[in-house]
Amino acid sequence: MTLIEDPAANPLQLSHLRVLEAEAIHIMREVAAELEKPVLLFSGGKDSIVLLRLAEKAFRPGRFPFPLMHVDTGHNFPEVIEFRDRRVAELGERLIVASVQESIDAGRVKEETGPRASRNRLQTTTLLDAIEANGFDAAFGGARRDEERARAKERIFSFRDDFGTWDPKRQRPELWSLYNGRVARGESVRVFPLSNWTELDVWQYIAEEQLEVPNIYFAHEREVFKRDGMLYATSDHMELIDGEEPFTTSVRYRTVGDMSCTGAVASTAADLETVVGEIAATRITERGETRADDRVTEAAMEDRKVAGYF
Amino acid sequence: MTPVTALETSLLRIATAGSVDDGKSTLIGRLLYDSKAILADQLEQVQEASERRSGEGGLDLSLLTDGLRAEREQGITIDVAYRYFQTARRKFVLADTPGHVQYTRNMVTGASTADVAIILIDARHGVVEQTRRHTFIASLLGIPHLAVAVNKMDLVDYAEDVFDGIVRDFLALARQLRVPDVQFFPISAKLGDNVVDASTTMPWYAGTPLLEHLETMSLADDVAGQDARFPVQWVIRDHDADYRGYAGTIAGGVLRPGDAVVVHPSGVRSTIAAVETLDGELDAAAAPMSVTVRLTDNVDASRGDMIVKVPSGDDEQAPVVTRRITADVAWMSEDALRPGARLALKHTTSTVRAIVDTLDDVLDITTLERVAAPAELTLNDIGRVQLKVSRELAVDPYERNRTTGSFILIDESTNETVGAGMIR
Ligand SMILES: Nc1nc2c(ncn2[C@@H]2O[C@H](COP(=O)(O)OP(=O)(O)O)[C@@H](O)[C@H]2O)c(=O)[nH]1
Repeated sequence: MTLIEDPAANPLQLSHLRVLEAEAIHIMREVAAELEKPVLLFSGGKDSIVLLRLAEKAFRPGRFPFPLMHVDTGHNFPEVIEFRDRRVAELGERLIVASVQESIDAGRVKEETGPRASRNRLQTTTLLDAIEANGFDAAFGGARRDEERARAKERIFSFRDDFGTWDPKRQRPELWSLYNGRVARGESVRVFPLSNWTELDVWQYIAEEQLEVPNIYFAHEREVFKRDGMLYATSDHMELIDGEEPFTTSVRYRTVGDMSCTGAVASTAADLETVVGEIAATRITERGETRADDRVTEAAMEDRKVAGYF
Repeated sequence: MTPVTALETSLLRIATAGSVDDGKSTLIGRLLYDSKAILADQLEQVQEASERRSGEGGLDLSLLTDGLRAEREQGITIDVAYRYFQTARRKFVLADTPGHVQYTRNMVTGASTADVAIILIDARHGVVEQTRRHTFIASLLGIPHLAVAVNKMDLVDYAEDVFDGIVRDFLALARQLRVPDVQFFPISAKLGDNVVDASTTMPWYAGTPLLEHLETMSLADDVAGQDARFPVQWVIRDHDADYRGYAGTIAGGVLRPGDAVVVHPSGVRSTIAAVETLDGELDAAAAPMSVTVRLTDNVDASRGDMIVKVPSGDDEQAPVVTRRITADVAWMSEDALRPGARLALKHTTSTVRAIVDTLDDVLDITTLERVAAPAELTLNDIGRVQLKVSRELAVDPYERNRTTGSFILIDESTNETVGAGMIR
């Protein structure tokens, strides 16, 4: 007996997106109920935009039982910062901005120099400082397990010691939907409600929910230059190396990180439908295509996670 | 809606089990590769690694699921890894559990949410002790479907009688256990026979390839029972609007406005006024949806309470409201569990204190026999345990509901999750 399931035929049979949605809402409510002082990390990027919608689904018509926080490298895309502030205002929730520039000014971290300088690594210190200063014991992040190998083994509740360190050998087993959120004083937990989502799931959800995303996710004309086979936007934060020639072309972004390490892809996909179509057909991973920081070594992400990176 | 999102697919959760070298990594690599979940840059990495290791060409699919560097350096597999792939019909979440010392703990974790378990058997070795163990855990954790993949058929000349013999042995084992649905697949993970594409080398096999089975098997009968269960997770208040809603995830059955309900453990009765989400009120909602329920009366329920539909008809049951629990416990800590132990117990959204009254038995995982009155349960043991808890809980037998019939045990001094319980 083979039966092909057609969720549309039975309204109580959920589509995979609605199952993932329900799981993520469940996780957010567990954290709100069991931890003292959570925070939701909101960057203005697509994954955290989905997190915000899930928080609305979990807690409206009440207020969010946590503030939002952005670790601002100072090298963000202006379009994204504008979007971030507008979205926060619409929601009427509180946003904390933790600034990498302030960490640099305070001597907590040292700015890298040269044309390949990036503030990406510096974020970790700013994040840990902000978590400690605010006394947060849980932080929601939008990371997904499909992003790369180190994530595939990370639990949904990822415990960190006083130094923010991730120890893959000391993870708590996660059974059924019973999460153990207990932390000792000084420890904190990173929680990833989108763990089981893929990049395509995120875009399909954005389309289904008709969520607004910053316009740099759609094709636009931009002055860029080529480095290591990737396209980077020219900006005050980027020094050109000899031989690099800026040119203008149609691009879009798959992730919106720091301008110094986030590459654009050549694309003419100007609306959600064509972007989702391109993602469904893509042959290269999101990180491989657009994140310079992960290309350095195969184990780059694992090393940064162990050091406290998100 | 856009064309891409109009394509509605359901979700299937898979657990995999096999002894070391049965070909589990190769099979998972094959599923990911042939369903095109592997993208060009990942493939390039695997190609390079294949060449580095073997010094020759050819793609070693098992490297696609190669673990963390920390694992490679220590030559061990640390933990369950989750993989994702999708076809036009379904999205798959696959829990890849390692087959070493910590096996039981890892497989219990991966199996707890699985709809189907893929049990790998090496065609040359047939049903071995590990097969018995894996099948037992799958049945203990209530996985409703088993897919037995008889691998390396290429090494036994694709012989039908070898396959038939293994099917016979396995069915004998399945009869000893509670295994609702089992299907068999003669495959070669390495060469691809009957994994994604039908094999031309085994014309005697009339069934579907493994992936097609995973895509089409019906989950309609597995949904969490008929008994409507709604553990209150969070109370939503909006003082301006005098709003009070109980938020949670439906743990079984269907909830509708107008349903008569009981709130446990208080036993107070009320009626569902509305079942709603951010998108508005619903006529009906089923497990595993996350919703908000409003009641017609001000009953003052809070987190840890369970809203239960009053049973109507013979096939619906009320939960048992009790302070005494009998359960099979899978023990996951290096420190043994002994009678008198005090732990925290988390059941749905309620956390209570628990004391171990007695250890009734422990399973001999090789013979699958129960040995009475053990002194302790050690790491990876599974045994029948009697517990007393500090507050009444509304529970169901695990075989009736995997959510309201399960709990975890937490060591309050270390905060670690040390046990998984299935209520009997
Ligand atoms: N001939 C043959 N070899 C296989 C097959 N599947 C896996 N292998 C080989 O068996 C060995 C162990 O496979 P692997 O996937 O690493 O096993 P695991 O330990 O279960 O993950 C490797 O050398 C594989 O190439 C198969 O179907 N046929």
